[in-house]
Amino acid sequence: MRPASRSVAASQERSPPALRPAGLRWPWVLAGLAALAAAVLAGLVIGPVPVSPIEVLRGIFGLPTDLSAQQIAIVEQIRLPRVVLGLLVGATLAISGASYQGVFRNPLADPYLLGAAAGAGLGVTIVIAGSADGSPTPWGAPLAAFVGALAAVAITYALSSSGGGRTSTASLILAGVAVTSFLTALQTYVQQRNQDTIRQVYSWILGRLSTAGWHEVRVLLPYAVLSWIVLLLHRRTLDVLAVGDDEATTLGINARRARLIVVIAASLGTAAAVSVSGLIAFVGIIVPHTVRLLAGHSNRVVLPLSLVFGGAFLCATDLLARTLSSPAEIPIGVVTAFFGAPFFVLVLRSSRRLGASP
Amino acid sequence: MIGCTGVTVSLGKQVILNDISLQVERGQWLSIVGPNGAGKSTLLRYIAGLVPGSGELRLDGRPAAALPRRQRARLLALVPQSPIIPEAARVLDYVLLGRTPHIGPLGVEGPHDLAAVHDALSHLELLDFADRLVGTLSGGERQRVLIARALAQGAPIVLLDEPTTALDVGHQQQVLELVDRLRREHGLTVVTTMHDLTLAGQYAERLVLIDGGRIVVDGPATEVLTEENLALYYGARVRIIHDGGRPAVLPLRQRHAKD
Repeated sequence: MRPASRSVAASQERSPPALRPAGLRWPWVLAGLAALAAAVLAGLVIGPVPVSPIEVLRGIFGLPTDLSAQQIAIVEQIRLPRVVLGLLVGATLAISGASYQGVFRNPLADPYLLGAAAGAGLGVTIVIAGSADGSPTPWGAPLAAFVGALAAVAITYALSSSGGGRTSTASLILAGVAVTSFLTALQTYVQQRNQDTIRQVYSWILGRLSTAGWHEVRVLLPYAVLSWIVLLLHRRTLDVLAVGDDEATTLGINARRARLIVVIAASLGTAAAVSVSGLIAFVGIIVPHTVRLLAGHSNRVVLPLSLVFGGAFLCATDLLARTLSSPAEIPIGVVTAFFGAPFFVLVLRSSRRLGASP
Repeated sequence: MIGCTGVTVSLGKQVILNDISLQVERGQWLSIVGPNGAGKSTLLRYIAGLVPGSGELRLDGRPAAALPRRQRARLLALVPQSPIIPEAARVLDYVLLGRTPHIGPLGVEGPHDLAAVHDALSHLELLDFADRLVGTLSGGERQRVLIARALAQGAPIVLLDEPTTALDVGHQQQVLELVDRLRREHGLTVVTTMHDLTLAGQYAERLVLIDGGRIVVDGPATEVLTEENLALYYGARVRIIHDGGRPAVLPLRQRHAKD
């Protein structure tokens, strides 16, 4: 009746199998943590006011330092919240992108696939256009972005399941395209009617961490951590979903429910990230794909490593954004795409040339 | 082991399966045959729980509708006809997916699961392939990997949807011999849909011929694969050759008057 249990017992009497399933390997975990530490340290010490990295390290480990009160204030009050926010936003966008790519079996899926970006853009444009002087209250824009992003994803989901009750990945993606076009059209219309605020809207859409303080970190942190936990718990389920809904079903997975949970978690994290940082493009595509090319395709590897490298990547690009043309800042969304795209092509080419079979 | 009673499956207004009743005994090999569009795959998918229908399905004596998803997956494994092979999936990781119903929804596999996969791989002589990518294997090797995944699932019922399509005749025989050996060694109940009637007749103990969503003939190969049945339901002109009690189907070309 239970053939497997008999044969399992038999094989256990033999030598233990020398099989290594896909999973996190120590070198990659260490590389990720090293990249993270390097990005954080660079983010703390580099800037208009130079600070010694050794002194900062001494400060982090609670040793006495030679830093002046002004330097300490700059590191703790200005640079640290910005670095932490960069970590949270980058990690959230990267793991959300990886999860979307897994759940939709589509390599081009990004965190904004289901309309989150267009919804957030519309929300912010309405709030900015509606405020008297084009600069809404500190709460206005993030809240509008958050609500807009979640509402857009909800509309996409509702649309895709309205035709017969079954939500296929293809209908979900198509509904996302339709919702994105519709909301973008609305956003363009509102923007054209209020041309005097176009600059504020534009600067928000390109993404920025420049206004970051501990307040933004506190706003994002609970949503980010919740979405990370849910997504990481589903890393194996995402591997099962990769064989298709039918096969996942015969393997005992509720494919529809699993997909819904992953989409909600990834969208929640994305909406929270967008609300504090604007639309930072490319992180959700470039980081997961680089991880896949280098460390393997299993979501058990891709999800945790995307989290770590996504945080490090955005931290490093933010450093470039604020130093390259200092004292002016380049919008971080421009930097992620400008440096991210060639870097990604490089990874893609070298992995092809090596005939890598990750 | 499998019991269908009065099963009807409709797609919109079209009735695909009409009042099917079928019992499959433990350890039996049943092949579902029938012309294109007869409902063979739909019947297999209904048993696998992939298409809804009216009527009753019992698996191992229990009503399938009452079985939780994972428990059902421990009873029944499906080898699909055209599986989606994830990009860059290694044989080991792919076969390990078969352990999913034995692992908690959010858990990861333990040594027990690895041992089961080791066992399945060694049964199918795939241990040397463990690190290869499934996408790079030949058709016959890939079919063995799919069967290994079903075996690792540890289910006493194995459904195979057209397991020999796209294989050459040598690999067709190898795959079916393999399925038969596993069936005997593990006491598996095997249900396949088959396009190739000769192979169906050579391997299956029992054939069910479906036409227009109904079971029209049910019995041992010699009773189902007759020249009359194939003319009636397939519109085919064939000669049946018996070799050691197993029928082989030889298609004949229509002869014109002047020949």
